[in-house]
Amino acid sequence: MVLATSAAAAEPRSGYQDASPATRAMQDDDTSNPGFLWVQQGEAIWHEPSGSAAKSCADCHGDAASMRGVAARYPAYNARVGHPLTLEQRINLSRTADQGSEAFAPESDALLAITAFVGLQSRGMPMAVSPDGPARPYYKNGQRLFQTRMGQLNLSCQQCHDDFAGKRLAGALIPQGHPNGYPLYRLEWQGMGSLYRRIRNCITGVRGEPFAVDSPDLVDLELFLGVRATGLVVETPAVRP
Amino acid sequence: MARVLINIPKEVRKGEVIEIKVLISHPMESGQRRTDSGQVIPRKIINKFVCTWNGDEVLSVDLFPAIAANPFLSFFAVADASGTISMTWVDDDGATQTELASITVT
Amino acid sequence: MVPRRQVLVAAAGAVLLSPASATETQVAALIKELVGDATLRQGRVKLDIPLLVENGNAVPITVSVDGPDRVRSLHVFAERNPLPNVANFYFGPRAGPAKVSTRMRLATSQTVVAVAKLADGSCWMDRIELIVTLAACVE
Repeated sequence: MVLATSAAAAEPRSGYQDASPATRAMQDDDTSNPGFLWVQQGEAIWHEPSGSAAKSCADCHGDAASMRGVAARYPAYNARVGHPLTLEQRINLSRTADQGSEAFAPESDALLAITAFVGLQSRGMPMAVSPDGPARPYYKNGQRLFQTRMGQLNLSCQQCHDDFAGKRLAGALIPQGHPNGYPLYRLEWQGMGSLYRRIRNCITGVRGEPFAVDSPDLVDLELFLGVRATGLVVETPAVRP
Repeated sequence: MARVLINIPKEVRKGEVIEIKVLISHPMESGQRRTDSGQVIPRKIINKFVCTWNGDEVLSVDLFPAIAANPFLSFFAVADASGTISMTWVDDDGATQTELASITVT
Repeated sequence: MVPRRQVLVAAAGAVLLSPASATETQVAALIKELVGDATLRQGRVKLDIPLLVENGNAVPITVSVDGPDRVRSLHVFAERNPLPNVANFYFGPRAGPAKVSTRMRLATSQTVVAVAKLADGSCWMDRIELIVTLAACVE
């Protein structure tokens, strides 16, 4: 059975609002938000020449402000490769194709850092991931995955994060599960992590086989989640429990 | 060198109370965790932090495994004279990291 | 010579009577050692921690002492962590008001204790009882 409307679509609620005041205070203060350790590293990477072209991001893109609005649109369909890319993948595409350098390893400090730095440039801006045009079939696949039961516990994302959002699981409040703060500092990880890592946690939580990093299904799901978060603003680098 | 975030005002008036905030990247391995095969992951933390102002001590801290990863500290100093604020972190393995900040006191 | 049966009962009794959380006793002992001959009173020092902790990995805490008296040091203890000490803060000649903040780990719901030693030799303490919840979906 597919629910026609989701509570999240009607009234999106950021994980920020579900977090405790102490966690929110940690996110709000740039001088004590641990995510800024990665943002600072990302800024250094932005200015660091790399690859056969011996160019830095800054050499082509100029000031970081040129990235304003970019993170808010991702994942986005990319004409060069013919399918949607996450922001991490888009950055690595520039690394390899434009800088002639090596891609950053998934979940590496460097990739989290540059993604957080680019994400920060969209902080406060409305989420603007598009389900339209060439992205449409991938958005639909992402929606299907969101509604598909998975794992030994046989639960779909929708069941917890739409139907039971706001209620409790083992004492913890169930959030709607929006991606608007990624990469973020999760207290549970005691470190920075990507949306891929968080989704992997969820699927392990229902005792399912997590998506492989960079799997097309994962990108489609992240694209769907981005659209579902329309109405929220980018909070990168967020802090979550 | 671990990444550090330091927040100190650049210019202050003599006698003014200022807040110093520092955050350093460090896993603060508590020595309580185990690997998947059951072996204890040995303790490795920052166990000491010292802040001086032109050589005079502002604050010295003993940190224990109960301090969270990427340790954050906020404390207060009274502005006396222009010069250098020095901050040093000491790891269990003896390695130290010192960061310096210039400050102007008018 | 004590009959064997009685010795065994005494030994079993000793095991049964051992404290549920060893570190509560350890914290008491550490505080006693810290305070020495001075009287430990409740007050002057304030321990600021959120009462409901949503993740015990990083809990913001602030310890402060009001008033003009110089503070020599602040000490924080956790009664139900694997280890009793959290941090000791020693104030030097350039120190401002005794107000320090950091983030600590809490293994479970428990009481956190702060002890302040003032320059005049007096010792003060504050205690907060906290509840720690855990994330539902972990790695």
